[in-house]
Amino acid sequence: MSGSINCPPQPPQFRNDGLRPDEHRKLLATMMRIRVFEERIADLVLEKKIITPCHLYTGQEAVATGVCHALNSDDYLFGTHRSHGHYLAKGGNLKAAMAEIFGRATGCSKGRGGSMHLVAPEVGILGTSSIVSGSMSISVGTALAESIRGSQRITVVFHGDGVPEEGSWHESANLAAVKRLPIIFVCENNLYCTHLALDKRRVHDNIPEMAKAHGFKTLAADGNNVLEVLAAARQAVKTARAGEGPTLIECRTYRWRGHVGPNYDVDLGLRDQQEIDAWKDRCPIKHFGNFLVDEKIMTRAEVDKVWQEACAEVEQAISYSLASPYPDAADVTKNVYRGAGQ
Amino acid sequence: MTVISYAKAINEAHRQLLATDERVFLIGQGVESPWCVGTTTLGLVEQFGTTRVIDTPISELAVTGSAIGAAMTGMRPIVFHPRMDFMYLALDPIINHCASWHYMFGGAVNVPVTIRGIVNRGNEQAAQHSQSPYSLYCHVPGLKVVAPASPYDAKGLLVAAVRDDNPVLYIDDRWLYQTEEEVPDEIYEVPLGKGKICREGADVTVVAVSYLVKEAMTAAAELAKQGISVEVIDPRTLKPLDTDLILSSVKKTGRLVIADPDNPICSLGDHISSLVYGSLFGSLKTSIQRVNLPDCPVPASTSLEKAYFPNYQSIIAAVKRMF
Repeated sequence: MSGSINCPPQPPQFRNDGLRPDEHRKLLATMMRIRVFEERIADLVLEKKIITPCHLYTGQEAVATGVCHALNSDDYLFGTHRSHGHYLAKGGNLKAAMAEIFGRATGCSKGRGGSMHLVAPEVGILGTSSIVSGSMSISVGTALAESIRGSQRITVVFHGDGVPEEGSWHESANLAAVKRLPIIFVCENNLYCTHLALDKRRVHDNIPEMAKAHGFKTLAADGNNVLEVLAAARQAVKTARAGEGPTLIECRTYRWRGHVGPNYDVDLGLRDQQEIDAWKDRCPIKHFGNFLVDEKIMTRAEVDKVWQEACAEVEQAISYSLASPYPDAADVTKNVYRGAGQ
Repeated sequence: MTVISYAKAINEAHRQLLATDERVFLIGQGVESPWCVGTTTLGLVEQFGTTRVIDTPISELAVTGSAIGAAMTGMRPIVFHPRMDFMYLALDPIINHCASWHYMFGGAVNVPVTIRGIVNRGNEQAAQHSQSPYSLYCHVPGLKVVAPASPYDAKGLLVAAVRDDNPVLYIDDRWLYQTEEEVPDEIYEVPLGKGKICREGADVTVVAVSYLVKEAMTAAAELAKQGISVEVIDPRTLKPLDTDLILSSVKKTGRLVIADPDNPICSLGDHISSLVYGSLFGSLKTSIQRVNLPDCPVPASTSLEKAYFPNYQSIIAAVKRMF
């Protein structure tokens, strides 16, 4: 059961930092699209209409949204088994992701990848890996490639708080730092690695210190505060584009749902309801919406309209997916290789 | 054409690839060391600089993964492992990632990386410094595997590997580094998936891999003196295998010896056996004979190494069992 480290601090504190109104609206809309996407998938998994294991991003929306707002469309993004939010925030096609999750031929990976393997090269997503830490070394490689080319493209890799417990994270961090590569590690510390809480896995709650030891610059942001995440990301992006080496941003946040699937892991005795409720009170979307209304950046009606638009878009994607064909069984071994015979 | 060594042929392939294709870079441990990876990277840092000829920490996983990531962006990296034994630390990026990537994303992203694994056995280096586990990689869908046995093939297969749009594991063998033959001065490819008949014969086919090709040629010369005509086939590419070449030879001779210097169980030799039994069962004059490493880790002592690694005598004995 969770310990005291998992009790959330105060609600997210927003500061009006002079973003344009359309940027505020975009941040809200992106978070809402992710939220609706994930919560509808939870329903569909319970209804057994979706089979692929879905690791839902609900509660963490501010992290992907804030970071991706600081990126260019052609910057690279790598993610994890829990990457629906990263994919949507970076600009991946929502319909193609939904169809992939439904196992359809129209999916972004043509039904070969499922929920954990989304791809959108047109916006810099060369594929998400479901091996914990699997993206680390590969993302160092895209950063290395652009460094050799001398381009301005940077790489962002999202990873959970369990990943620094893998050797791969350390090797990748060291290599990125020693070669001063244009890369940002975004550690989404949601306090759990599958079933196990942070304090059961680590003596010290010090992931940024480990990155610093490897030669990274480090930043921290409230992972439920999209403006704070964005500000940190902009700083890290500037560092990376200037050729000043890698940065790790730790964003403390919380996934509402269990490790995988639509449930909350309370029934399994892994988390307690009080902890979940306390984090739900810190909802990144609710608080940001309230801030926009309080600051008179948007009206309540406008905020509600953004939500309704997200709902409509997701329903359309579900209908599109259900109407899409399954992949042709005759093609099951297609695309093992690029080129001749495929 | 110039007579050069196998090591020099690899060096020349690297140099010409770097000179002719700006997407190519070389990354691995030891390019700046005084030994230059058995001389195969000699002079490359000086000519192309440390941006494209990159020495690294001993981080097999991260270095291999970074080459894979770079390949996904359209670069043509060659990542090398001075000993294949250490490459096991990179199995996650190789198998879970680069081999699966093109399929797992429906063909959206390909990974044109060349992974050079170097077999460095002998001299009492023991179990963790002597392995040649190419069969393991042949098992993996999505990888191509080549194992050149001559200077000509060492150069041409490396060029073809780098130019291929898929991940290719290129396995070179330190025991062959001093072997010399005439090699074209210009850049050329030996096509992937095509084996060659190294010596024609009528009585028995020997399919030999890597250093055992040379041993098979010695064995064939000996056996010819005894009236046995041996056809020696070097598949060169282990995956995809040139099955037509092997089957047509065995169809002609009716006898097959498979000489592959890897552990025997679930191996390339097993695969070729099953292929030949499955296709030519009725045409075989006798059962297939195998020359392998034993199902045992590699020992250190020279006396045990002699018992462990097969040579031309092992191949002669296998052939003689068939008559």
